[in-house]
Amino acid sequence: MKLLIKGGRVINPSSGQDEVIDILVEDGIIQEISKDIQVEKDVNIVDAVNKLVCPGFIDLHVHLREPGFEYKEDIASGTRAAAAGGFTSICCMPNTDPVIDNAAVASFVKERAAKSGVVNVYPIGAVTRQQAGKELAEIAELVTAGCVGLSDDGKPVLGSDIMRHAMDYANMFNLPILSHCEDTGLSSGGQMNEGYYSTIYGLQGIPDEAEEVMVARDIMLAGLTGARLHLCHLSTARSIDLVRLAKKKGLYVTCEVTPHHLTLTDEIIEGYDTDAKVNPPLRTAEDIEALIAGINDGTVDCIATDHAPHHLESKDCEFNLAAFGISGLETAIPVVMSLVNTGRIDLMRMVELFTVGPADIINIDRGTVEVGAIADITIIDPNKIKTVKPQEFYSKGKNTPYKNKEFRGWPYATIVNGELAASEGIVR
Amino acid sequence: MNQKDLLGLKELSREDIESILDTAVPMKDIIKRDIKKVPTLRGKAMVTVFYENSTRTRTSFEIAGKYLSADTVNLAVSTSSVQKGESLKDTVKTIEVMGFDLMVIRHSMSGTPHYVSRNTNMSVINAGDGTNEHPTQALLDLYTIREKKGTLEGLKVAIVGDILHSRVARSNIYGLSKFGCEVRVVGPATLMPPGLEKMNVKSYHSLDAALKGVDVINILRIQKERQQTGLFPSMDEYANLYMLRPEHLQIAGEDVLVLHPGPMNRGIEISTQVAEGLNSVINEQVTNGVAVRMALLFLMMGGSKNEVIN
Repeated sequence: MKLLIKGGRVINPSSGQDEVIDILVEDGIIQEISKDIQVEKDVNIVDAVNKLVCPGFIDLHVHLREPGFEYKEDIASGTRAAAAGGFTSICCMPNTDPVIDNAAVASFVKERAAKSGVVNVYPIGAVTRQQAGKELAEIAELVTAGCVGLSDDGKPVLGSDIMRHAMDYANMFNLPILSHCEDTGLSSGGQMNEGYYSTIYGLQGIPDEAEEVMVARDIMLAGLTGARLHLCHLSTARSIDLVRLAKKKGLYVTCEVTPHHLTLTDEIIEGYDTDAKVNPPLRTAEDIEALIAGINDGTVDCIATDHAPHHLESKDCEFNLAAFGISGLETAIPVVMSLVNTGRIDLMRMVELFTVGPADIINIDRGTVEVGAIADITIIDPNKIKTVKPQEFYSKGKNTPYKNKEFRGWPYATIVNGELAASEGIVR
Repeated sequence: MNQKDLLGLKELSREDIESILDTAVPMKDIIKRDIKKVPTLRGKAMVTVFYENSTRTRTSFEIAGKYLSADTVNLAVSTSSVQKGESLKDTVKTIEVMGFDLMVIRHSMSGTPHYVSRNTNMSVINAGDGTNEHPTQALLDLYTIREKKGTLEGLKVAIVGDILHSRVARSNIYGLSKFGCEVRVVGPATLMPPGLEKMNVKSYHSLDAALKGVDVINILRIQKERQQTGLFPSMDEYANLYMLRPEHLQIAGEDVLVLHPGPMNRGIEISTQVAEGLNSVINEQVTNGVAVRMALLFLMMGGSKNEVIN
């Protein structure tokens, strides 16, 4: 079946292309990109006039929760949330039960995704067995089973020696380590960002340094080993400074930031809304400025959601007892578009952070719109205004601090491997 | 005062605070009577739910309700269905549907009264939540200071001890600041929260320096577990640096008031000579606590503050 995307403004960061042009897709591949493509009858036409036609968006940081925590999310619901949110490919983190620390679990995830999923799913394998931080996981097996990176996300790899070995070993397979940077000695018991507002709300704080000391350590180890280090969900100004320095030194260090750390501050914990409880915590307005500066000067490589769906009971409770995490797949585009709308981030750069940026980190041949490329395409309606209604999420996790907020700029269509996976927020 | 709940002094206006303190004055007279009972809240029902230990706050609320003829019930959390794993939300709902008008809650986790408030139609009074607020303690402190000093306006108040973990300190800072007081806090650097300057509070590590010229000293209880988590070296060292002793009162001035929310660690944060000395108003604080809580219950469950109390 052929698919013609007609009249849209194509934004393709890998080539710098920004023009109104048609795209013809056949057999999952982009066959033609040119003005006014004329076709015969048996072609599905997507009217993309006044829409932004981008390479398929990729999210490096998603918790699909299956196997083990299917009451929070499963591969079927999580990939539907992704499609509705405009993502064509997602990486799923290994903190499942059992942990994705061996080929069997990685294969299970791949097979489930092929059967019940609606977008491309790339598993991330664990760095250490059980994510316990003691012994290396069977990394070669994980690579064979299709893992595109390694992470103990949810917790840090505390031992510097094991992290060093993991980097050396992963380097044999040219595999990035996605590091969750947290010195748990400094963060233990913390509920929110440490600062004026943690004092005012009487909640134990998590200082910036809980993240930064581990960012610094991991960068040092990346220097020692020459490994590919990807730093997850950076939230502080000095973390960005450290990455900037590492890049200047020529180290292979990349990083991601999340939509919530780009737009929300610790002040919103007022009223003890557990949906705003997230790790790393929401920081300050100065940190937001630094993250945006990092985006604009090339220090930040991609935007990832850290989609962390939770069931109602783990958020509808006392603040200290509530789980950390935000359900982010279905709000990422509108939230980041709010920064594009106000001129804080350039549109081309924003698309880059969701496409070729993450694709390069996990080394997959996606994230670009060109003839011969896999037809993963995300179309955005930049003028659509809609209010976030968590009860309408495909994700089982309704935990979002953006509930009832209005945004302009929403996903219009999600095309995965040449097939229409979702249109106007509705999954096919 | 015109609101459903009392969650903290942070969000209370100066006028509301004054209204509570003014209402507490005739309430204190009731406590001193031979027949300590007025029918004001007859037919109203209140429950105290304490997830943390308490001697004075819980008893104070209960007797305050009884003096006003409200039906008061105490939920013993340690023998309740909470121990069977019942969620707070369900516990609150269960209490509500028995017909209670007001719930007094103490909890070890900050923000819990706010959460309860969102999930019930009952009035909610925060009797201390984690390290956030203890509004009725601060109200009784304000009452005591105002009664002794005649005014709150422009006083210099030093709060001594574990500021980081103290809900009493926070509520006092909010309350005192609304009356133009100069608030100083003093304690070891490891027990100071960030952002104090933004709260217009001066912080000190030297007790002598902090006490110079103050009108009021409010001593906080120090908890042993803070030492065990590495925040200060030993109780002895703490006592050497921060125990309020008679010589400190000289630095402040002879009219200085000494407050302590209790329970006291004598010989650690306060010496017995000071606790039992002429400047101490620690026992009066407890009496005033009943009066202030009567005022609150009256304002929240009763009627307007103009209603005659007899």
